[in-house]
Amino acid sequence: MKSAAIYPVEGVLLVSIQDDITDTDILDLQDELSTKISEMDAEGVVIDISALDIVDTFVGRVLAQLTAIARLLDAETFVVGMRPAVAMTLVELGMYLPENRTALNLTHALSKMRDTASE
Amino acid sequence: MAETTLANVLDVLKAESNEILTDWIEQAGEDGAKRSDLFSEREERDQAKSLLNAFRKGVKDGLKDGDFDLADDHWSDLRGVLSEITHERVERGVRPEEMAALILALKSPIIERIKERLADNPDQLVQEILLLSQAIDRFAVYTSEVFIAEREAVIERQREEMMELSTPVVELWDKVLTLPLIGTLDSLRAQEVMESLLEAIVQYQAEVCIIDITGVRTVDTQVAQHLLRTAAAVRLMGAHCIISGISPKIAQTMVQLGVDVGEVSTRSSIRSALTDALTRVGVAILPVEKVERTDK
Amino acid sequence: MKFDKAKRAASLDLATDRDVARARTVVGRIMKEQDAKVLMQTRFVTAVSEIARNAVRHGGGGTMEVYLLPGGRIGVECRDEGPGIADVEAALTDGFSTINSMGRGLGGAKRLSELFIIETMPNEGTTIRMTSRLRGGR
Repeated sequence: MKSAAIYPVEGVLLVSIQDDITDTDILDLQDELSTKISEMDAEGVVIDISALDIVDTFVGRVLAQLTAIARLLDAETFVVGMRPAVAMTLVELGMYLPENRTALNLTHALSKMRDTASE
Repeated sequence: MAETTLANVLDVLKAESNEILTDWIEQAGEDGAKRSDLFSEREERDQAKSLLNAFRKGVKDGLKDGDFDLADDHWSDLRGVLSEITHERVERGVRPEEMAALILALKSPIIERIKERLADNPDQLVQEILLLSQAIDRFAVYTSEVFIAEREAVIERQREEMMELSTPVVELWDKVLTLPLIGTLDSLRAQEVMESLLEAIVQYQAEVCIIDITGVRTVDTQVAQHLLRTAAAVRLMGAHCIISGISPKIAQTMVQLGVDVGEVSTRSSIRSALTDALTRVGVAILPVEKVERTDK
Repeated sequence: MKFDKAKRAASLDLATDRDVARARTVVGRIMKEQDAKVLMQTRFVTAVSEIARNAVRHGGGGTMEVYLLPGGRIGVECRDEGPGIADVEAALTDGFSTINSMGRGLGGAKRLSELFIIETMPNEGTTIRMTSRLRGGR
């Protein structure tokens, strides 16, 4: 199984990351996602990290970068499904991911995205 | 050469085990280490007997080169029996020093006996007494270690129970949680608070959490830092955090910390926090008459 | 601090970023088998990920050994024979605050572990030993 996959859902790109993802995979993902956002003219990206046991400083940094890239391509990025222990560890590391928007799960992210669009 | 450094000790343990047992228990009684109020004569004797047997086994196999290390495999039986008996006695209310005295009382019955046997070999006598004392002292320390470990486990359990009592996360409304904090907020407690709040977010699929700090005794920069970190973690999970019960002064402290945690709201009262929280999940509190009018 | 008397639970090579992922999996599995608290597991595996990546990227690869320590603790020793760390102080300062820095995350690993010891010699390599409790507070 591939350790990351990108699915288009309702004009949004859903990215699901598996736990055994390597640094190389995640950099490949960054490339692939940037291309897809612009090809599809996606309005948003939802990155599901519920399968991740940990998020270290490298993955945290890549999440921030993905968000910045998506923003330049006019798409909003949500990180969803973060586990409690992961959130606590990131906070302890001082990584608050202020650039990312967050939601409990995909449904919440989609509805938050719609709210923003209708404002 | 004998197989164990404590050859004579081993001999008396084999030949006179019943007599040693009787003397030991008697000695323990004299040293105030016997608890006839807690254990029957029979129980005391059984416990002492199993210790003595395990001890003999350890002496036979574990002291071959004159070295003694309780962590060796040869002593695993004795370690097991020691912890079991310590556990049993502590549970019935025996104090740790009484437990240690009981173990130490084993010295004199054995020393008495090897003194007779080794009357004309003082070098060997001194050597055996030294090693025997060293071993028995170590057993006494070991029982204290077991005792302390058990106490620590009890304290840890009680602390956890208290922590659960002091961090009640309540579901106020669908998708709205509240956590009234009371007392002091040190690092350890802050971590537990964060943990139970984040777990509740998953459990209730909550979108808004109100942390009410009206009951927190002092809010210094340290506490403010903890609160901001909790709010940051709540945000990472995808929920929104409202901190209520904030005085203007605390608000200033929090701003001065200058940590950018994204969207954390602060409210002066839990009342306004509740209104805000309900609005966020699309619910409003209206007077009944108003609701009836809109029904028509 | 050495792990001489401790029980070795695993030993692995660190050559590629696939090995870094494997180090995470192995340490996570061992902690789970030891019935570690989820939070302690997450914190320590995150720290392991940082030092393993550091050995692969900056130390030219190395080895990692995992130990079960008395008192409900786990220890990890990570060795590389790379160029060593010239300024340990700076390496332990959080480098991740700026997006583009190659912050090595060592400061993060230090924060997430109970004991953290780093030995480094120019041109001889770096050894990091760190421990964590399996349960209970920090």
